[in-house]
Amino acid sequence: MAALSGVRWLTRALVAAPNSGTWRNLCTSAVAHAASRSQAEDMRVEGAFPVTMLPGDGVGPELMHAVKEVFKAASVPVEFQEHHLSEVQNMASEEKLEQVLSSMKENKVAIIGKIHTPMEYKGELASYDMRLRRKLDLFANVVHVKSLPGYKTRHNNLDLVIIREQTEGEYSSLEHESARGVIECLKIVTRTKSQRIAKFAFDYATKKGRGKVTAVHKANIMKLGDGLFLQCCEEVAELYPKIKFETMIIDNCCMQLVQNPYQFDVLVMPNLYGNIIDNLAAGLVGGAGVVPGESYSAEYAVFETGARHPFAQAVGRNIANPTAMLLSASNMLRHLNLEYHSNMIADAVKKVIKVGKVRTRDMGGYSTTTDFIKSVIGHLHPHGG
Amino acid sequence: MIMALKMLTATSCFVKAMLRPSTLCHSWEILFGRETSLRSFSFKHGIPPSAKYGGRHTVTMIPGDGIGPELMLHVKTVFRHACVPVDFEEVIVNSTSGEEDVHNAIMAVRRNCVALKGNIETDHNLPPSHKSRNNMFRTTLDLYANVIHFKSLPGVETRHKDVDILVVRENTEGEYSNLEHESVKGVIESLKIITKAKSLRIAEYAFQLAQEMGRKRVTVVHKANIMKLGDGLFLQCCREVASCYPQLTFEGMIVDNTTMQLVSRPQQFDVMVMPNLYGNIVNNICTGLVGGAGPVPGANYGHTYAVFETASRQSGKNLANKNMANPTAMLLASCILLDYLKLHSYATSIRNAVLASMENKDVHTPDIGGQGTTSDIIQNITNHISTVN
Repeated sequence: MAALSGVRWLTRALVAAPNSGTWRNLCTSAVAHAASRSQAEDMRVEGAFPVTMLPGDGVGPELMHAVKEVFKAASVPVEFQEHHLSEVQNMASEEKLEQVLSSMKENKVAIIGKIHTPMEYKGELASYDMRLRRKLDLFANVVHVKSLPGYKTRHNNLDLVIIREQTEGEYSSLEHESARGVIECLKIVTRTKSQRIAKFAFDYATKKGRGKVTAVHKANIMKLGDGLFLQCCEEVAELYPKIKFETMIIDNCCMQLVQNPYQFDVLVMPNLYGNIIDNLAAGLVGGAGVVPGESYSAEYAVFETGARHPFAQAVGRNIANPTAMLLSASNMLRHLNLEYHSNMIADAVKKVIKVGKVRTRDMGGYSTTTDFIKSVIGHLHPHGG
Repeated sequence: MIMALKMLTATSCFVKAMLRPSTLCHSWEILFGRETSLRSFSFKHGIPPSAKYGGRHTVTMIPGDGIGPELMLHVKTVFRHACVPVDFEEVIVNSTSGEEDVHNAIMAVRRNCVALKGNIETDHNLPPSHKSRNNMFRTTLDLYANVIHFKSLPGVETRHKDVDILVVRENTEGEYSNLEHESVKGVIESLKIITKAKSLRIAEYAFQLAQEMGRKRVTVVHKANIMKLGDGLFLQCCREVASCYPQLTFEGMIVDNTTMQLVSRPQQFDVMVMPNLYGNIVNNICTGLVGGAGPVPGANYGHTYAVFETASRQSGKNLANKNMANPTAMLLASCILLDYLKLHSYATSIRNAVLASMENKDVHTPDIGGQGTTSDIIQNITNHISTVN
């Protein structure tokens, strides 16, 4: 109560304050109600964090709208800078990409929807999505698959983390037709990137207090490629004696995930396996609508949904589930040190799901996206008094 | 003829400088192949990737004994107020920990490559097989250079003013080699090891640092009149390296004379380089000159790792939990850490806040002659950070 009013006063005071130079960081943790200044960064709105927003395709814009509504209702000091980059809607070009990149490099934090990659080969092997990730070097994709309390699925109380290398592997966009009717598709595995993702996985496990990291591979078939990945993981594992390291072949891993997913804690794997396991695990706890995800590079953090689907069939029908995007937005707030707002939004969303009265179609209910958003907003304030 | 000779020495220096690796490259690993490979476990292919994700660094924090834990808490508070993007991985090692705990801690520093450390007390009543934990850190991680910048702080009353000395101390060999034995009953042989490679390395580091910081004179502290071979080798190595830095003045000074000069006229010294034990003594003298163990930070550098701590490695057992300890040293050490991580803006803001509160005599802690408590000074610093423009 006092905390919320304190925060409100602070944000109001900051927004109303005359141009007092550059303000960027707003630590509103319950203990430290101290606003400290930015370190030489220009801001358009006083007292708000600038965050790049890329709505993407399909239901992306609707989900982003949901995020904006909830943020407005919770008076979150974040200012979104929207950019529209889309291959399928013909809004993609080199300069647009450059614009988006410079915006993201400046803000360092972004929230994005799925930028759909069309199936047809139009002369460019690397999609805009891939190019964005490569240019920002977002090498690690983290999807925290956690069962939502109150929503029963076939597997309950699941809590695993999937870490996926995002910049090389099968997604290297190196394909050619060596002889007529024969295509060679190159999967690239490098030592530096494998070491980097392995270290990320173990550092993540150490930070969150996890006990086991499982490397997923197919080194019996791709002896050199996945063999290198596995070797790098083993090397890095030696630096972390307290964390158990295991390996598992991808086929066995998929089977184990659907039979007994509780045996897994943190999983680390190359690009394509990661894509598959992400979606599989998301399906275990309720689908693409409920799992948030994030991508990290050394400098930048990008927040998105765990399973990236544009869900084009739902456009305009107001049936998309905004849970994943809202939870991801809450993670973003935590990354920006806005713990209070982060918890407020996450708790509101979880409460709505737990109560179970307002559920979108993918979770077995009949409500629309707008109903869900209203319900979440309704649960925001009683919490703060 | 003389010109030709000069050119010859110049080119040989140039060639040597080209072949001699700079302080930060890994080719020394090849030279000390066996030695470092025993220590670097299986990360044969160089340093592990840095622990920086999403713009946030992870730094190992070892609170240690005595006042260590409370000082670390204060560092965390100040960092939170300044919104520094650094997360700490705490590893607990104290005087009672076993070898395994120490190895875990060392592993943690290897993982994150940077650490902030308090002092771990070494009980000298225990048998000789119980090695000094701090020493284990330094030798295993090969933190060969201990660098401390002694500068008179404004606001701290001392007998000597305008002291500005940079001390570079060899941190891994010398008298601290842990090689002692009883050859005959009642006769102890204690070995001081001086190697050419390590002496060259530390001399190179010192001269390079002097050049980077725009210093003019490097003084080598030794006792080569007595230890003709040991310290003689050290002096010779320094002389060799000095010949490649003609713009820096090189002088040697015997340690007894040095200590006398330090307490009578410390302003004459600029950069000093020396082996391990003399370094320990000179560091503590200089610490006393600028205001005591309270305000001075120190840093230990190796090729791949860096560990930051207070200058005088005292654990402050009798000050523990009394809210009387001076947090300045640890805070300034954390500023050096931030500079090392290239977070210069945060480093400057915290440093300015700390120096500003040093000027405020009301919050001086007892060690620098005031009546304030640790929490007062921390409050002062955090207020300063919050209100700065």
